[in-house]
Amino acid sequence: MDAVLELRKLSKSYANHQVAVSGVSLTIQQGEFFSLVGPSGCGKTTTLRLIAGFEEPTDGDVLLKGVSLRGLPPYARNVSTVFQNYALFPHMTVRENIEFGLRRKTQMRAAERQKRVADALEMVQLTGKESRRPAQLSGGERQRVALARSLVLEPDVLLLDEPLSALDPNLRKQVRSELKSLQRRVGITFLFITHDQEEALSLSDRIGVMNQGRLEQVGTPQDVYLRPRTRFVADFLGTVNWINGVGVRPEATRISYHPPGEGERAVPAVIESSLFLGNCLHVKTRLITGEPVVAQVSRLNGSYGCGETVHVWWHPQDEIICPQ
Amino acid sequence: MKRALSLYAAAVYLFLHLPLAVLAVFSFNSSRFTVWEGFSLRWYEALFRDPHLAEAALNSLIIAFTATAAATVIGTLCAYGLWKQKTGILPGFIKSSLYLSLVTPEIVMGVSLLAFYQWVFRFLDVQLGMHTVVLAHVMFSIAYLVVVALARLRTLDPSLEEAALDLGATEWVAFRKVTLPQLMPGVAAAALLAFTISIDDYVITSLVAGVDSETLPMVIYAMARRGGSPLVNAVSTLIVVILGVMIVASERLQGHS
Repeated sequence: MDAVLELRKLSKSYANHQVAVSGVSLTIQQGEFFSLVGPSGCGKTTTLRLIAGFEEPTDGDVLLKGVSLRGLPPYARNVSTVFQNYALFPHMTVRENIEFGLRRKTQMRAAERQKRVADALEMVQLTGKESRRPAQLSGGERQRVALARSLVLEPDVLLLDEPLSALDPNLRKQVRSELKSLQRRVGITFLFITHDQEEALSLSDRIGVMNQGRLEQVGTPQDVYLRPRTRFVADFLGTVNWINGVGVRPEATRISYHPPGEGERAVPAVIESSLFLGNCLHVKTRLITGEPVVAQVSRLNGSYGCGETVHVWWHPQDEIICPQ
Repeated sequence: MKRALSLYAAAVYLFLHLPLAVLAVFSFNSSRFTVWEGFSLRWYEALFRDPHLAEAALNSLIIAFTATAAATVIGTLCAYGLWKQKTGILPGFIKSSLYLSLVTPEIVMGVSLLAFYQWVFRFLDVQLGMHTVVLAHVMFSIAYLVVVALARLRTLDPSLEEAALDLGATEWVAFRKVTLPQLMPGVAAAALLAFTISIDDYVITSLVAGVDSETLPMVIYAMARRGGSPLVNAVSTLIVVILGVMIVASERLQGHS
């Protein structure tokens, strides 16, 4: 695989000395679905804006297919952005929106352009809606127009700035799987920005976790979830019970009335509450030391009463060990 | 209560428009005095045959068109610049000074312009005339244009222009193809407003006009001063009707935006 996008010690600080991005280095491979995740204000959107060319880095460089983008305006970069609010042109029809980039970036003939627009519309299943205006479309349709408008240009990298956050929760899961299959079909590299760890874990080939302008860890979803290198990464990607310095995910935390077998780690605890969630039980317990521990356990193993003393245990290989 | 309110509203409306109604009615009077003698269009006929009025009307139109066109371009670009430059001391200063020029009394603006022109004329070989009137009208129209255009720009999503750049448009193309079309209704409404203000301005115009640049309001004023000719009634009624149509059009445009 070839590297398509490379960030070299990319930094951005503002006039008031506020640091948005600090020394981010990253290489993204051709055809990869890469997600940058982090809480709001962590610098992920600024990173995307630096790649798109809306802002100039104070230090470092962005390389696209090995060529530095330094000083190039957005219209001279072969990347395209899907904005959080889609930024569709309200005074243009769906067709005109999708044609906009083709008219600027290419000198193709009208017939060829028509065909490309028709293909793009078909790809996002909007055939027949080319004469509508953005205001006449649903949220999901608008998002697909934004995708088509960018993908029709066949960019080297498609930058997506939280494109699912404006959709309602029911639609979001459906669009998520559509997005993944679309990316596989077109084979274009996706750089996806989100603060939703579930979205990132389910969609990505690799994930970069950002915190306070820095890239804390890069890896596959399994890597960053199961083997986080910092406590921040562990906590950001899901709940962690921190017990005597090691972390255990709720789904790896077991509960039993009897002590577990040899080689398992166990601590005594008292049941505080047990919630039936349908597919599992969400059990809150408290250790003798006063620390809370939550466990997500199978409902098939029985139920637990408040105040009961139990053993909380886990396999040593499920432990998350990272420096404080 | 509701009845009393409607009555009150009617009274206010009457107070506002009764003088205009009287003016309009007497413009159709066949007598030259304020005694009704019968319906006639003779003053309108006379109006269209009066060369002096025709020349003044032409002057007014030339001034209004030129000044509005210039002020629209300058004002829109100025608003665009202020919108783009979100921080800094200068944009803040410009914005507050715009409001100052909106509330400056016309007589003050006219006198200061006259003083300014006289100072400039010491270095340049020019006289008061159409150009000085046009410049003055451009000056007081710009503030309206900027204020309206800026208000409209503030409702726009800044990411639209970024999207245009992202899709390969240069800054100029992004402005022309994406920002300007959305700005147009507001700008057109403000331009119509500026046009009406330019057409009916008397105070500033009379101070900075030269011998060749008498405008319609100046002629009407002079005629009214000499003792009300019904011609004045006719021409004033025409102006009110035309400007009224333009104001309605301007409001329609703003409603659409």
